[in-house]
Amino acid sequence: MLQIEELKVEVGNRTILKNVNMEIPKGETHILFGPNGSGKTSLMMTIMGFSGYNVTHGKITFKGEDITHMPIHERARLGIGVSFQRPPTINGLKTRAIVKICSGGRPIDIEELAKQLKFSDFLDRDVNHNFSGGEIKRSELLQLKAQQPDLILLDEPESGVDLESIVLIGDNINSLLQRGIKCPKERPHKNIVGKSTKSALVITHTGHILDYITADNGQVLYDGVLCCSRNAREILNWIREYGYEECVRCTI
Amino acid sequence: MHDIDNDSEVNLDNYEVETEEHEYIDELSRIDSSDADKFLDVGVDTKEMARAGTFIQKDKSVIHCKTKLDGVEVMGISQARKKYEWLGDYMWKSISPDTDKFTSQAKEKPHEGYFIRSLPGVKTEHPIQACLYIAKDKFSQNVHNVVIAEEGSELHIITGCATAPHLVSGLHVGVSEFYVKKGAKLIFTMIHDWGEKVNVRPRTVTQVDEGGLIISNYISLKPVGSLQMFPTTYLNGRGAVARFNSILVASKGSYLDVGSKVVLSAPDSRAEIISRAITSGGTIIARGSLIGKVAGIKAHLECKGLILNDGLMHAIPELQAYVPNVEMSHEAAVGKIDQREIEYLMARGLDEDEAVSTIVRGFLNVDIEGLPENLKNKLDNIIAETQKDMM
Repeated sequence: MLQIEELKVEVGNRTILKNVNMEIPKGETHILFGPNGSGKTSLMMTIMGFSGYNVTHGKITFKGEDITHMPIHERARLGIGVSFQRPPTINGLKTRAIVKICSGGRPIDIEELAKQLKFSDFLDRDVNHNFSGGEIKRSELLQLKAQQPDLILLDEPESGVDLESIVLIGDNINSLLQRGIKCPKERPHKNIVGKSTKSALVITHTGHILDYITADNGQVLYDGVLCCSRNAREILNWIREYGYEECVRCTI
Repeated sequence: MHDIDNDSEVNLDNYEVETEEHEYIDELSRIDSSDADKFLDVGVDTKEMARAGTFIQKDKSVIHCKTKLDGVEVMGISQARKKYEWLGDYMWKSISPDTDKFTSQAKEKPHEGYFIRSLPGVKTEHPIQACLYIAKDKFSQNVHNVVIAEEGSELHIITGCATAPHLVSGLHVGVSEFYVKKGAKLIFTMIHDWGEKVNVRPRTVTQVDEGGLIISNYISLKPVGSLQMFPTTYLNGRGAVARFNSILVASKGSYLDVGSKVVLSAPDSRAEIISRAITSGGTIIARGSLIGKVAGIKAHLECKGLILNDGLMHAIPELQAYVPNVEMSHEAAVGKIDQREIEYLMARGLDEDEAVSTIVRGFLNVDIEGLPENLKNKLDNIIAETQKDMM
């Protein structure tokens, strides 16, 4: 689904990503660990194509297409979706309207989607205006549910979220990734999870989100270099025990 | 090109104050269809859907006026003066004729204007619509309007101002005196579509008594030669409230100097001024002035400006407090569209142009209270068209 080769990225003449190689196959969820400032968000912004993130070397391929220099909206239309950590407020644009934009003209039931995220009361508020941490996450997930991307990039989905909301957010991420264990309409579980075609890259600093979602693989980004790729839980246990300090040794 | 000091000086000698009369039209359906289309753009519906009354003035003649509601009076100001001797207690009481050359022109060479009054306790469900229209080239239309919302009444007015499509030049001078009595509510929405060569000088003062409320919405999206106005509202009675919203767009060649002033001189009075202005090659001076004269008042001013491509935006928010214990604040911001907002929408699948126009539409989308649904939709469409022109 997504392939990144020898990616080198500069932000304001500073090299943030030094040499990143990564592959996320169809249907897999990967967790990206890393301390603050290691370049996790920069990697996500580069995959999406935001301005200010200059690819100086390497290549990003999505669904077999070279997207390294593709405009943002074409990447979105090709099937990449992002949940931002700090999205901007857009005055006068209602949440309902942006959800509709996300659907790209496909028929969706906005009310039902909002209900799933307990977000119905926010549909007629300006996008992100005075939203709390948890409200931003729910707004972002609502937009992604309307967008239905094939590759989902989630930036710190658990940060700033209270314990009650994190369960809700976890459930919704799972349903977005077709990994839900909720069986709402008497459908056999195998039909719900059967042919998961959605891939995801989940950025986390603390790893708490792993208590709510399942992952196929984990990677550690440390100082602009991917230094570890193995079972996500294993990595998390290691980090919880020893912190990110140990990752230094792996990057050398 | 965008000089603030150039106040688009208007020479009154360039305009004529005499013109032929237009005949009175009993049936609105008989109004010329090209005129009717212009009226519709400024919120005046000749089919009178969801309207409680209508006043239409073309050049200096009142060509139609009626009310469909008992307890609401709609007539030309000269007729009202004949009918009510006491109108002298209202006319030129809030505005002095010698304020400037435009007010004195309105005094010396008057051309009608409307008188709209709701009797005590009467509440209008639908708005009264009033249209001031200039059809004659080089005409200086000098009107004097009086609106009185008597005690405990609720009055809703939509005023649309426009010119004939072919008009080359014109001047509109409008002296308006509004009186909101004890516990009354006045919602006044004004939509302008004057034309590129027309100069506009409204002079408005509103007096609000105890517990009264004035909501004023001003919308000018189409090109205008020059517009200068600074309506003043006096909150004279305890608990009086004023809320002003304006939406301004200045395209190339347009000069808009627009603001609102509210004087809070009674305890518990409150005022809010919100303006959204976009310039795309034109000049906008967005003023706002709040004056707190007694303790226990609350007032806020919000002025946001966006420059697309090119143009001048000058925000002048002012607060004056004469006593302690007032709560007054302002928020002003001028700039271009934030790249982060554009890219955020692009990440949702919009291309760059679509993203920009979505943001512009949102920017202009101030929740305007009291607009009928069909007018709201109409405005949304006009905003969508306007921002296409700006791009």
